[in-house]
Amino acid sequence: MKKIELNNVSVSYIVGDFSNIGLKDVIIQKIKGTYTQKEFLALNDINFAIEEGELLGIIGTNGAGKSTLCKVISGIMRPTKGTMAVRGNIASLLELGTGFDGDLTVKENTFLRGAMLGYTREFMNQTYESIIEFAELKEFEDRKFSHLSSGMKSRLAFSIACLVKPEILILDEVLSVGDGAFRRKSEQKMLEIIGSGATTLLVSHSLEQIRRMATKVLWLDKGKQVDFGATEEICDKYEAFLKKK
Amino acid sequence: MFQNIVKKIKKNQFLFEELVKRDFKKKYKRTVLGMMWSLISPLMQLLVMSIVFTNFFGRDKPHYTIYLFAGNLTYAFFKDSTTGGMNSLMQNAGIITKINLPKYMFLLSKNVASVINYVLTLLIFFIFAFFDGIEFHFNFLLLVYPVICLIIFNIGCGFILSALFVIFKDIQYLYDIFTLMLMYLSAIFYYTDTYSPQAQRLFYLNPLYTYITYFRRIVIDGIIPSWKVHVLCLLYAVLALGIGALIYKKYNYKFMYYM
Repeated sequence: MKKIELNNVSVSYIVGDFSNIGLKDVIIQKIKGTYTQKEFLALNDINFAIEEGELLGIIGTNGAGKSTLCKVISGIMRPTKGTMAVRGNIASLLELGTGFDGDLTVKENTFLRGAMLGYTREFMNQTYESIIEFAELKEFEDRKFSHLSSGMKSRLAFSIACLVKPEILILDEVLSVGDGAFRRKSEQKMLEIIGSGATTLLVSHSLEQIRRMATKVLWLDKGKQVDFGATEEICDKYEAFLKKK
Repeated sequence: MFQNIVKKIKKNQFLFEELVKRDFKKKYKRTVLGMMWSLISPLMQLLVMSIVFTNFFGRDKPHYTIYLFAGNLTYAFFKDSTTGGMNSLMQNAGIITKINLPKYMFLLSKNVASVINYVLTLLIFFIFAFFDGIEFHFNFLLLVYPVICLIIFNIGCGFILSALFVIFKDIQYLYDIFTLMLMYLSAIFYYTDTYSPQAQRLFYLNPLYTYITYFRRIVIDGIIPSWKVHVLCLLYAVLALGIGALIYKKYNYKFMYYM
């Protein structure tokens, strides 16, 4: 069964200066008739479908629309045009550090973040110890979150996130975090989740990683779909494209 | 639609509780003084106002301090709750743009802290009333009605303001001016009985004045307000919440463009 299906999906952002100029000026500009809104196509006519258990690698240079695509599939944004079907519960890890609050302690943050990812309280009570152990932060649990180093923060973030058991997993540049040792540990853990049959979307700038893991690849450039299909073929093309640049 | 929201809150109960905890801890910074301060600050205001205004307005009126307090209390709650509500979306923009969560949860959790604060101030209000020689009677139970209406009204206003704030960043300053004007129009420290009957009726166009009046009628005058006041209380609450909910429903996905 097709787990994710996108047909002619476009997303346009409204860009204009009115978030900068404020209400007073908008009113004045409306009266004068100089008020304009511009649209910017972040995604332009995207078409693809992937089956259960597949891993789709999404590649493209900065600003290609990769993150916007992830947002659309996670349901945070809606396509302006086109239709989309996503079947199954989604866990999207777009930015691991989201939702943490510097004023709260590490323990409080763990529960808060867990709640945001949709875990239940019972589940968090049961797994809290193993989370903190995996993150190697046991002696810091009552410290303020803002006192942690950035590596520690991402270790904690990853340890909470990797407990998900979704049918669809969306990973935006979050596959490996922390220092050398933790990096290996985290990638191992993610591979486990992916291996358990989740349909995965993986955004990565590491072509080596994509070649190794992806079953299909989607190449985006400036919001347009350049190519979609077999991994090796598209990765080769993309590499050639990068060299030419 | 309302049932839907309740269902979703149930589903997100854990998140809601954690958000409430977060907002509460952030508000009071875990200090006893932090909590005290939010109670002391309205009392200080009350003190200053009663010193300044008792000579002007309170000479021949009974229970002027309570009259002031009733007004101040309501206004302070409105301002605290709506200002917090206004910021609720933008403060959590980082979360909203990365995780798919119902957006009103952030506003509701903010409001819980405001309501708790309000209830504590209310207790102090009744202690004051007691020492001021006001007789307590069963009619006081009716105060639950305007309190609930006011809470709903505040949530509705919070919805509207937070949506506006996402799009127009200068709302913050405009709203400060607006609340200041509203304060003067809410008859917090003066009496309206010197105005003509028509002008007095105009005051009821101000929702805050309506809620304040309900309080004063019951506590100071010891009478139950007319059914018209009851209807108005409910009407303002339902209107604010209705408009706010509509905006959220309509612009739910559009907020994202401006965050």
